[in-house]
Amino acid sequence: MPKNMLFVQGNEACALGAMYAGLDFYAGYPITPSTEIAETLAVKLPAAGKTFIQMEDEISSMCAIIGASLTGNKVMTATSGPGFSLMQESLGYAVMAEIPCVIVNVQRGGPSTGNPTHVSQGDVNQARWGTHGDHSIVALTASNHQDVFRMTVEAFNIAETYRTPVILLFDETVGHMREKLIVPKDGSIPLVQRLRTRVKEGVNYHPYLPREDGRLPMSDFGGSHRFNVTGLYHDMWGFPTDKPEVVQELLKHLIDKIENNAHKITFNRSYYLEDARTVLISYGSAARSALSAVEQLRKRGQRIGLLELNTIWPFPTQLVRESTRNANLIGVVEMNVGQLTQAVKLAVGKPKKVNLINRVDCQMITDKDIKQILRVLQGRGV
Amino acid sequence: MDVKHYLRERFFPHLWCPGCGHGIVLNALIRAVDELQIKKKEMVMVSGIGCSSRISGYVDFHSLHTLHGRALAFATGVKLSKPSLNVIVPMGDGDALAIGGNHFIHAARRNINITALVMNNRTYGMTGGQYSPLSGLGIKATTAPYASIDREFDTVELATAAGATFVARSTVYHVKQLQDFLKKAIQHNGFSMVEILTQCPTYFGRKNKKGSAVDMLQSFKDGTVPIGSEKKLENPELIERGIFVDKELPEYCEAYEKLVEIATGK
Repeated sequence: MPKNMLFVQGNEACALGAMYAGLDFYAGYPITPSTEIAETLAVKLPAAGKTFIQMEDEISSMCAIIGASLTGNKVMTATSGPGFSLMQESLGYAVMAEIPCVIVNVQRGGPSTGNPTHVSQGDVNQARWGTHGDHSIVALTASNHQDVFRMTVEAFNIAETYRTPVILLFDETVGHMREKLIVPKDGSIPLVQRLRTRVKEGVNYHPYLPREDGRLPMSDFGGSHRFNVTGLYHDMWGFPTDKPEVVQELLKHLIDKIENNAHKITFNRSYYLEDARTVLISYGSAARSALSAVEQLRKRGQRIGLLELNTIWPFPTQLVRESTRNANLIGVVEMNVGQLTQAVKLAVGKPKKVNLINRVDCQMITDKDIKQILRVLQGRGV
Repeated sequence: MDVKHYLRERFFPHLWCPGCGHGIVLNALIRAVDELQIKKKEMVMVSGIGCSSRISGYVDFHSLHTLHGRALAFATGVKLSKPSLNVIVPMGDGDALAIGGNHFIHAARRNINITALVMNNRTYGMTGGQYSPLSGLGIKATTAPYASIDREFDTVELATAAGATFVARSTVYHVKQLQDFLKKAIQHNGFSMVEILTQCPTYFGRKNKKGSAVDMLQSFKDGTVPIGSEKKLENPELIERGIFVDKELPEYCEAYEKLVEIATGK
């Protein structure tokens, strides 16, 4: 067996993807079902001369990675439901202060303590709107370990490119499931390194003045330029301001830098969509069952296909609209009460075609579940 | 020395009220850094939210103005990822010991080389004079109109018990002593905590009939004694000033470096 072929948990695939991406600093707090990410990195990071710290809670974990990002490092934390709730305030800080960082949320059943050891996709809208105030956010997901690895690397690339927090929204099934992972060769996935300013020492550097392409070159704490970082609305120097025009411009910048580049950060897989009249849309572990159902129904002659989303936020409106143009029936397969179904309804021309195919008992939705619900939706009886 | 060399004049006028003690802390801190001849680019100031936290913006260091109570958590990320930096964390009493209490004890426990300042004015000034965990019994505040029934922390005992390896207390009346303690705290290799009694005439003073800023400064002179003073035996109400703890124990960043040596087999 080749050395780069592994049989691992999804959480390990995530940790390995982070190492591949150049993770320098991890801070975290134990929580099921994401703990294996911390356990893997507690071995790997010190052995690579990099930094691992277990903090006193999820709040401080998120704060610590922001501090470490400012000294010039690629940083990550990982958690699950309750911990993700605790991170929301500092996640908003990273949005406002434009700090590159990656936050993994391996979803479990909620609300509250919920069902720690079982699967759910109930944090989809929390990822979008969990922190207070208007903002935009990037959230990626995956249904298999190859994609977990790949999306983890892309999360770091997006964080560095757009100076933004990026959420990896995995789920318990993918996190704990073991399957094959082929670790890509070094260099086969391009890595984005931090864009640093070329402004020389002694010359004015504006940490919050976007270049023409919208990117903001950074300067490390401890480096040549001293500047202020704050969660308050601020001007191009990083100084607090409540001037209405500056406030509005900053908010617009924070949203536009993500939404205007949505097409560049949209990742997806499509299966049998060419002639599909029934289109399933799914993501995460639910997409595995959806693909299985699609392949079985294909064998019976149904014109059915699957659009698997890897980018959830910003919602890939264009992609969803184009992929469902010829569909008579759209089924959104997810393990929540329809959190992404709402976004799909907004994206497509005829929202009445959009149906939720779900399961919310913290058990994996199966291909059989999906086929049963489809029969009802297609008017073929129960 | 040129104090202005260390200030960001763009940030002025500052937002502190007339008579506030926080400017005296800023002055003492700048003089301490100047005497230690630390380069500005080697200094990082990490603060939370509140009147005290605005200090970080006024100085021409790398400055990180963060979330209420979380300054030490952010600072831990800064320091551990770049141990060569001098990290100073100015906090208010509510910031450090109410919402930030957990981070305070854990930063002390780790003995990470950060200097924490607790600027204790016994109130939440920014939000208009509510009682804090350092206000104490019988204190009046906008949220304690009949009197506070909350006992206060002893910041020095708390930091000591949590494992801080340098613990000191002074006041904004005793400026020279304060400057000296700040110097020693910055030089100390490990977690250092300096509690600074400072006046808020606007809220704490007014609500509790403590008089003017000058009267409150006088109360720091009259109400405190050096550690071990015989006056304290006669009057237990007196608050002790001085260095309570100054010891060497393994520092967290250095311990991590040794861990990396083991992990990498070097």
